[in-house]
Amino acid sequence: MFVFTDIIAHYNQWVTVFLMVAGLYIVVARGNMVKKLVGLSLFQTSVYLLYISAGKILGGTPPIIEAGREVYSNPLPHVLILTAIVVGVATLALGLALVVRINEAFGTIEEDEIFAEDAE
Amino acid sequence: MRLDVIFRVAVKIMVPFILMFALYVQFHGDFGPGGGFQAGVIAAAMVILYAIIFGLETAKRLVPPRLVEMMIPLGVLIYAGVGVACMLMGGNYLDYSVLAHDPAHGQEYGILLVETGVLITVAGTMTAIFYALAGRGR
Amino acid sequence: MVLLTLMAIITIGVVRVRSLFAVVILGGIYSFLMASVMIVLDAVDVAMTEASVGAGISTVLMLGALYLTKTEEAAPTHTPFVPLFVAAGTAAALIYATVDLPSFGLADNPIHTHVAPRYLDYSVEETGVPNVVTSVLASYRGFDTLGEATVIFTAGIGVLLLLKGRRRIKPGPKRRRIRR
Repeated sequence: MFVFTDIIAHYNQWVTVFLMVAGLYIVVARGNMVKKLVGLSLFQTSVYLLYISAGKILGGTPPIIEAGREVYSNPLPHVLILTAIVVGVATLALGLALVVRINEAFGTIEEDEIFAEDAE
Repeated sequence: MRLDVIFRVAVKIMVPFILMFALYVQFHGDFGPGGGFQAGVIAAAMVILYAIIFGLETAKRLVPPRLVEMMIPLGVLIYAGVGVACMLMGGNYLDYSVLAHDPAHGQEYGILLVETGVLITVAGTMTAIFYALAGRGR
Repeated sequence: MVLLTLMAIITIGVVRVRSLFAVVILGGIYSFLMASVMIVLDAVDVAMTEASVGAGISTVLMLGALYLTKTEEAAPTHTPFVPLFVAAGTAAALIYATVDLPSFGLADNPIHTHVAPRYLDYSVEETGVPNVVTSVLASYRGFDTLGEATVIFTAGIGVLLLLKGRRRIKPGPKRRRIRR
């Protein structure tokens, strides 16, 4: 089913899927809140890779207009991902602030211990 | 002689150059890679580096927290204000063509002002978050 | 590419390592590798942003949060079979979907035909700015950037509301909530 040209054509997307699934696994399987946030940011960066590799043209140059270049890579995914990176770090900062407050209220950042204490 | 003399001397020399690099990235964002976001983050990194080496209190004397907290909404205000100014001069919201005598120059002025607003907001937010995280006692 | 394989290996390290300090440093390495991959893919603006934001600010924020909480992760208590099954199922479905996607890098992919050639052709004469990413970000799609500045502003205000001021409670034994 998979030919060698398929691998070359889709390697970026398969690595994206691997990184995305690794981030998902960290969010679902680990109980530590800071590690969950790291997993979430891993998930987000895999999506950046997907979009940027969709915008690349083989043989093109970065999208800065200068004399003598003909083929430019597509600038629209770059704009989208620039916004996404900064929004991602903003949500990471808010998430970390919430984790710090949870730690001060419960004394721990492990999910199991917080659930156990909250049920009392 | 304290063990961190190398750090202190090196950071003292580097801090103005980091600020200069941030402004370079901001103003050359039109001709090369760069723009408001990268410049804001580099400027915040300068303050964070200074705070790590010289202590939080010294950094707070250099860049006061009140100034930083005022920078956060100021940038968004500049951005939205450019849009309102465009409306006052006759165009649509954020239509930079009406800002100068000639649409291309108007666009250049608009882009410059807008990127400055983004720089101020991003630098202020990152520095304020660092001050909040580092200043909370354990 | 070699860089992508390195990133996959680092990700396995992030999943397995339990010392959170090491996880943060591995995350910084991962961001630098991602920035290098983006330069190879001709995305220079994005590479600069990812390197400064991902490897710089993100690492500093996590270290700040680790300073205020603890730095070691507890051993996992549940067996990992259900999450592994969910992850593997998601991966299989996504890989099955990627076979239909357009091939990497061809110039006549559908993404390159609609609006992008118009921006590339008219950017210098309409805005006078050679960097097409900046002109699209600040002029053609300026509303999105206004929304993004507002999101950064909101995050800053949120963090200041949560974390400003010194702690008012003493760290002590865990408090029980008294239910009457």
